[in-house]
Amino acid sequence: MEATYNYKVVRQFAIMTIVWGIVGMLVGVILAAQLIWPTMTEALGPLAPYLSYGRIRPLHTNAVIFAFGGSALFATSLYVVQRTCQARVLSDGLASFVFWGWQLVILLAAITLPMGFTSSKEYAELEWPIDILIAVVWVAYGVLFFGTIMKRKTQHIYVANWFFGAYIVTIALLHIVNSAELPVTLTKSYSAYAGVHDAMVQWWYGHNAVGFFLTTAFLGMMYYFIPKQAGRPIFSYRLSIVHFWALNFIYMWAGPHHLMYTALPDWAQSLGMVFSLMLIAPSWGGMMNGIMTLSGAWHKLRTDPILKFLITAMSFYGMSTFEGPMMSVKTVNALSHYTEWTIGHVHSGALGWVAMISIGSLYHLIPRLFGREEMYSVKMINTHFWMSTIGVVLYIAALWIAGVAQGLMWRATNSDGTLTYSFAQSVNAMYPFYTIRLIGGTLFFAGMLLMAYNVWKTIAAGKAVNDARIPQAVAA
Amino acid sequence: MIDGYAVPDFISDFWHYYIAAITAAGILFSLWLLKSQSSVKPLAPGETAELMHPVWDGDLQELNNPLPRWWMWMFYMLILFGIVYLVLYPGMGKFAGTLGWSSAQEWTDEKTRVDAEFDKVFQPFAGQDLMAVAADPTAKQMGEHLFLTYCSQCHGSSGQGGSGFPNLTDSQWLFGGTPDDVKSSIANGRIAEMPGGLAGDEQGAKEVANYVLSLGGKPHDAALAAVGKEKYAACAGCHGEDGKGMAAAGFPNITDDAWQYGGTEAAITESIVKGRKGGMPAQLEMLGENKVHLLSAYVWGLGGGQKPAPVVAEVAPVDATAPADAAAVDAAAAPAVAQ
Repeated sequence: MEATYNYKVVRQFAIMTIVWGIVGMLVGVILAAQLIWPTMTEALGPLAPYLSYGRIRPLHTNAVIFAFGGSALFATSLYVVQRTCQARVLSDGLASFVFWGWQLVILLAAITLPMGFTSSKEYAELEWPIDILIAVVWVAYGVLFFGTIMKRKTQHIYVANWFFGAYIVTIALLHIVNSAELPVTLTKSYSAYAGVHDAMVQWWYGHNAVGFFLTTAFLGMMYYFIPKQAGRPIFSYRLSIVHFWALNFIYMWAGPHHLMYTALPDWAQSLGMVFSLMLIAPSWGGMMNGIMTLSGAWHKLRTDPILKFLITAMSFYGMSTFEGPMMSVKTVNALSHYTEWTIGHVHSGALGWVAMISIGSLYHLIPRLFGREEMYSVKMINTHFWMSTIGVVLYIAALWIAGVAQGLMWRATNSDGTLTYSFAQSVNAMYPFYTIRLIGGTLFFAGMLLMAYNVWKTIAAGKAVNDARIPQAVAA
Repeated sequence: MIDGYAVPDFISDFWHYYIAAITAAGILFSLWLLKSQSSVKPLAPGETAELMHPVWDGDLQELNNPLPRWWMWMFYMLILFGIVYLVLYPGMGKFAGTLGWSSAQEWTDEKTRVDAEFDKVFQPFAGQDLMAVAADPTAKQMGEHLFLTYCSQCHGSSGQGGSGFPNLTDSQWLFGGTPDDVKSSIANGRIAEMPGGLAGDEQGAKEVANYVLSLGGKPHDAALAAVGKEKYAACAGCHGEDGKGMAAAGFPNITDDAWQYGGTEAAITESIVKGRKGGMPAQLEMLGENKVHLLSAYVWGLGGGQKPAPVVAEVAPVDATAPADAAAVDAAAAPAVAQ
């Protein structure tokens, strides 16, 4: 037993990544369609309220971030930490608890959000009993992960594990502080913070959910799966040190850029902007370490669709992490805030970076978990790659134009100082862009279905690996 | 802290120093971190980076390439930008920055500038008779712009209202349709509240609803209406025994076809059970006299505006057979305002 890796928990999370990816993205497609046909779900009669936009919007965000992204992170971090530490997870029981605990959280979210129970904090909508469950599962995950690191046979801790470790510690801190709340009933609570403090705590959490859940952790994924798939050493150890510490340190300050031109004091807004701008450097440090790892092996990009996924993800990462700091500049934010541009920016990160690096990593992982040389169809991976890429590009290009158009329409004035356009007119102008966004999103979603089929065929022809031996020799 | 703004950003100087200190420490940390790793010279042509010793998971290794120079200098420049920005602008605790900029001041300056500019456009119409303003095409266009900006959210872009929001284009007015009435509604707002539950339970409300329908001569259940008649006493105080309401006080006529919350048996029953809380917010303080004046003229001119009652109307004998002038007709119609 001790001489093998625990692949079971990795397998469980890997499969659920695909399941929740499909569910979460399907909800996203429904939302995108609702923006074009607002009454489309009314035909469902008594079921309609459960599918109203305001209720399934948080369902979508929670499902894609915490169910899809979360499962991908659990799967890869537990795989990576075992293999790079040459140690089985600290406890199989704890691993099982983390898996089932997390699935329970997702299930409860999928029930309570459509029913309308919400704490109304973005990306932290779940009510207090679920918050407690999340905290418990998360601490168990931390024990499992760091416990495995402690029993490692290798002398040094591999760089991917720094990133996974930072994310685990920080998410615990963010979740617990932001979810401090006073329960009133089982399904209703009030935040422990009031007014602008509440807003600041929320966006300190909100932006670091992006910074640590959706960035730091996925960089951990990058640091294992890119060199593995490319068969090349990491570009620069030195760069990884600088960008690791700078990224984690500077991200913590960036939250106020969500509250530009609000009641938040000017000093806090300035700090948010200054540190957001500085973030370009550590973010691009990560991108470079990913992409440059391929130097000497560029030709592989032509033939290996998994590498295409991984490297394209790094490109979207670099693009989003340039766009984000630009949007945090006060004068740019004055135009971009509250527009579709923000949604476009989020999705260039969420689909282009997070989803694509996860998909690439899963294509690497799945055959190894089921005793196969490679996926059932490499050609299908290639098709999936193009569906995803075209889907993201359509999505974000549409929303860039939409957002800038909105921002300009809202600030346009007549010669008498009145607004040129009513709000409804700016909404009306969105139809063509919403349509292109729906097409892009549907394409990305359809890619996930293709992936599910490919994975299904791979698993059907394979056999779950439970005897992956831990090498006893430790490379010095 | 901004003048005239009651709440300071920091409850004590301790927090000011705390913020300033961790900000400075943060920037210095970033500098030190970058410096500590950037001492290595770029590789000479043909030189390859050092391959680090440890190996993980069979084949994972790291090269130790020096930091790419362009990246390193970009990082330094971004840090420098941050330092300069925090000298010029607020950020280091309560230090206001050498430019003395604040978002509140920027807003005030812009608002003052813009108000001065556009008041010139509105000024020619100030104090003019509203009916004359309504007839002026320039004023009408500005009125429409203002309406689309401030009123269309509730009353619709054409002013036709919706459930709960009055139609401004017909001749049914809750609070009067003369220029002064309209302007008063816009400037000072209106409250149109009806208490719920005056007719007892749901059944009682349904009975009263049928009686109300009978008052207007509409199809109704006679048996229910008969029972409802007695309970209607609770309503008569405002809506009158005959259901014609009291226009001067804003109590609606419930015998006509203008229903703000719907005129079906179910809708009326719901109004009686739950009550209604109508309200138009006062605009004068936010928009100022000039804009309210233009808006009043525009709304009055949407189609339902009534002319003010002639001052002589009271002394002149009202003769039904005499050819009444337009004003008298409108004045006579005025009491029959919407519910």
